Amino acid sequence: MISRLFHRFVLHIDAFLMASLLFTLLASLFILYSASGQSVERVYAHGINIAVALSVLWVVANIPPNQLERIALPLYLLGVALLIGVALFGTISHGARRWLNVGIIHIQPSEIMRIALPMMLAWYFSKREGKPKPSHFAFAGLLLAIPVALIMKQPDLGTSLLITASGFFILFLAGLNWKFLLGVATLLASLTPIFWSMLHDYQRRRIEILFDPTQDPLGAGYHTIQAIIAIGSGGSAGKGWLNGTQTQLDFLPERTTDFIFAVFSEEFGFLGNMMLLGLFSLIIIRGLMIASQAQSTFSRLLAGSITLTFFTYAFVNMGMVSGILPVVGVPLPLISYGGTSMVMLCLSFGILMSIHTHKKLVAT
Amino acid sequence: MGAELRNYQHEQYYFRLRLGFTALVVLSLFALLAFRFYYLQVKQYNHYQTLAENNRISLIPIAPNRGLILDKNGVVLAHNFFVYTLEITPAKIKDLEVTIAEISQFVEISPLDRKRFNKLRQESRNFESVPIRTHLNEVEAAKFAVNHYRFPGVEIKSRLFRHYPLGKLGSHMVGYIGRINDKDLVNLEKSGDLSNYKGSDHVGKSGLEQFYETQLHGTTGFQQVEVDADGHAVRVLSSNAPIPGDNLILSADSKLQEIAETAFGDRRGALVAINPKTGEVLSYVSQPTFDPNLFVGGIDTENWKLLNDSLDKPLINRPLRGIYPPGSTFKPFVALAGLEAGKRTPPFAIHDAGYFSLPNSRHRYRDWKPSGHGIVDMQRAITISCDTFFYGLAMELGIEKLTSFVRHFGFGRKSDFDIKGEIEGLLPTPEWKMRRFKQPWYPGETVIVGIGQGYTLVTPLQLAQATAILANNGVAMKPHLVAQIQNSLTGKRHILPTVVQDTITLNPDNMDIVRRGMVDVTLPGGTAASIGANAGYSIAAKTGTAQVIGIRQNEKYNEHTINERHRDHALFIAFAPAEDPQIALAVIVENGGHGGSAAGPIARKVMDYYLLGKLPIAEAAKIDVKIPINATGNATTPPPVPEEELYD
Repeated sequence: MISRLFHRFVLHIDAFLMASLLFTLLASLFILYSASGQSVERVYAHGINIAVALSVLWVVANIPPNQLERIALPLYLLGVALLIGVALFGTISHGARRWLNVGIIHIQPSEIMRIALPMMLAWYFSKREGKPKPSHFAFAGLLLAIPVALIMKQPDLGTSLLITASGFFILFLAGLNWKFLLGVATLLASLTPIFWSMLHDYQRRRIEILFDPTQDPLGAGYHTIQAIIAIGSGGSAGKGWLNGTQTQLDFLPERTTDFIFAVFSEEFGFLGNMMLLGLFSLIIIRGLMIASQAQSTFSRLLAGSITLTFFTYAFVNMGMVSGILPVVGVPLPLISYGGTSMVMLCLSFGILMSIHTHKKLVAT
Repeated sequence: MGAELRNYQHEQYYFRLRLGFTALVVLSLFALLAFRFYYLQVKQYNHYQTLAENNRISLIPIAPNRGLILDKNGVVLAHNFFVYTLEITPAKIKDLEVTIAEISQFVEISPLDRKRFNKLRQESRNFESVPIRTHLNEVEAAKFAVNHYRFPGVEIKSRLFRHYPLGKLGSHMVGYIGRINDKDLVNLEKSGDLSNYKGSDHVGKSGLEQFYETQLHGTTGFQQVEVDADGHAVRVLSSNAPIPGDNLILSADSKLQEIAETAFGDRRGALVAINPKTGEVLSYVSQPTFDPNLFVGGIDTENWKLLNDSLDKPLINRPLRGIYPPGSTFKPFVALAGLEAGKRTPPFAIHDAGYFSLPNSRHRYRDWKPSGHGIVDMQRAITISCDTFFYGLAMELGIEKLTSFVRHFGFGRKSDFDIKGEIEGLLPTPEWKMRRFKQPWYPGETVIVGIGQGYTLVTPLQLAQATAILANNGVAMKPHLVAQIQNSLTGKRHILPTVVQDTITLNPDNMDIVRRGMVDVTLPGGTAASIGANAGYSIAAKTGTAQVIGIRQNEKYNEHTINERHRDHALFIAFAPAEDPQIALAVIVENGGHGGSAAGPIARKVMDYYLLGKLPIAEAAKIDVKIPINATGNATTPPPVPEEELYD
């Protein structure tokens, strides 16, 4: 009886993916304990976030992909409507208008868009049987541009770039023409100098600092420089848990959220970094496998986009903290402290599991 | 159905192809990250390790306690105490005005505080913390501490402040410390002391505080501390205690100083008293004085203007930097020059008709007594301050001989005193005049040097030192204010050696003539008879008057009709007891009129206390008024005459 219940409970959970996720999440509790200055409250709150997120994951994993397919359009429309609502009535916090006050809860519609947009595009392409025509890509591009433009206006550059990426992955996996891709890339590259010449000096300076933080060591570049010092001084084996001087002595900014990787890196060193990259790789490889085995256009496009978006988050975050990418506000997936992002991430992993565990049912 | 299936398979094939491509991209980008981590954490590890250590470990200097300044009896003239200050680091503040406005809700900030803050800000660098308020009381400090989190870049500090408990008393002697400015930094760097001032905000700016800076400052200690990003110390790793500065023990006595300064009343002038046998300075007065405490925290503009623009020039260190014609106080030295050169040996005497003329000239160099003094020998010439006698003597000696002799008494050169900024004064010579004015020396100029007029200029310190050398029979002791330097940890005292600067071989008979002439000055018939009255010890003295404005050949000087600031300066030199001098001094009262009546009583009060421990009687000052001007009268010496007039 109990074993049957358990079997029912884990029926739609992918064991390999789940194990990798749980291991990473467990590690995140320890990292956060150190990053927060050994705050038990913070770790507890993080644990609650994880519990909620995993429940969401379980629920979503039990929803068959074809049902998800059905809510794709309404969810997208709702998301766009909320984004327009934010633009009109949103509350301003930290100089950006991102939150919408609906009764007693604050919601951040851009977070909904993170999943609603790829679902919408995957649904759109699944309805176009056969080889998609250029006009289809053009329309998909429009569907992508609307929410991105609204989010960029908030302004939230990081999220809009990542949502663009998640949409672009669908377009690419749906078969976007190579020649077209190359053409756009060349066009952008050739336009850059012209664009550059149109900028004001102070705007150029900002971009220069974005790419080279050492030009402004006490201003905008301070965070990156301190983070790089933390990473570099971690050495091959790290300074040990709770022993990172950069972390414990407050030199690292935003160390429970966007810069948490530097904390990890300082305390666990090159070895720890390799293990984390390995864990992430396992999750990505598993995600790509799920995508390749998926049986419908909708599920394979969605699974591919979810996996690649996860990779993008991880890469952009680690890249910016280690100084090879400009600083854009992107948390490290599965590790950074933050409820919404944790829930959305697990929700997307729930979809992956749903896609994988429901395929036999679809096949029969 | 078949076409659809093929289409489906075809689609999946292409999808997998693209997925494979993305997998490659993912792997290569992760490899890029891995390479980056390898570069940072393995290859560049040492570099970043050093950076992290530097971030983490900060060397915090601990300023040593500055040494105390004590008078000869241990009375404290300068000490330190802790005060709370509220300080702002401008570099850490976005809007200074807003911040100051907000702070003032908790701690009162007066417009004066603001002014001083602005001035200090201009003088210091942006990342240095500058006090906006000093001397916070406990309540204010607590009030701000509670709200501290609201003001990053504003901090309460506990600073060691210098305090001069006697305030204005002896301020030119003690001097003051002030905040280190750019000029001080350059000097400290030159002397190689900059690293020792890492924790210090102040440096001696004047007086003994400046001269004995090295001894007073001490050695800065260091603490190695682990700091966080805001620079707050988290824990101490190691420390090296500072060594406090040495205490200075002066040869001056603050009671004597008080008596001397009080004796001046509100008159301007200077007094220097020296122990002729040791060179110890017993009293060092420059009037008016100022409160050195104003300078410690940085003086505000208003007080600075008040002091700097005052006609009385309270900031001038008169004993060192005030230059005055010595007037008749120069005569004993001229007399000795003449005697040692074999001129005017007794029983030589002249008949004074009230004036002296150069051969072939109608110009009359007048005596202060128009009718003349009659028969006058050397001793009497000093006693009655006979101008005619010294005109002739100077002429016969010649300027070179005269100046080269008196130079041994310290005129025209620095005395190597332990306060900086001494002025040389001036002993004129033909070479000097050629250099300075490109003109030859005229005989008439030699004549007036004989009575301490003309170009001759002395500082009060020089005059006192010359008197001391005279009192010590020609042995010049280096004058100094600090007698002992005390190690503030062990309490061990190091007595500074007395230094013989110069020895003039003098014929005792000649010295005797001059001494007797000077003793007679304070006896009935002398120019300062009242000063010696009821003294109980013998005083050798000489009065002097130095002109402030020129008086034409046929004009008469009238003390009562002339503008106060144009009145003559009164000078007085003395040593006592005459037969075994314990104290030698020089007094100058600016625009005081006659030396005997204005400057003499001050000298008498100082000598009375020093020799007899006698406190001045409040009414003593009134005695001066009763003395007829004739009795104390001194040379109304001729003006520095324009060259063309000399030969008319």
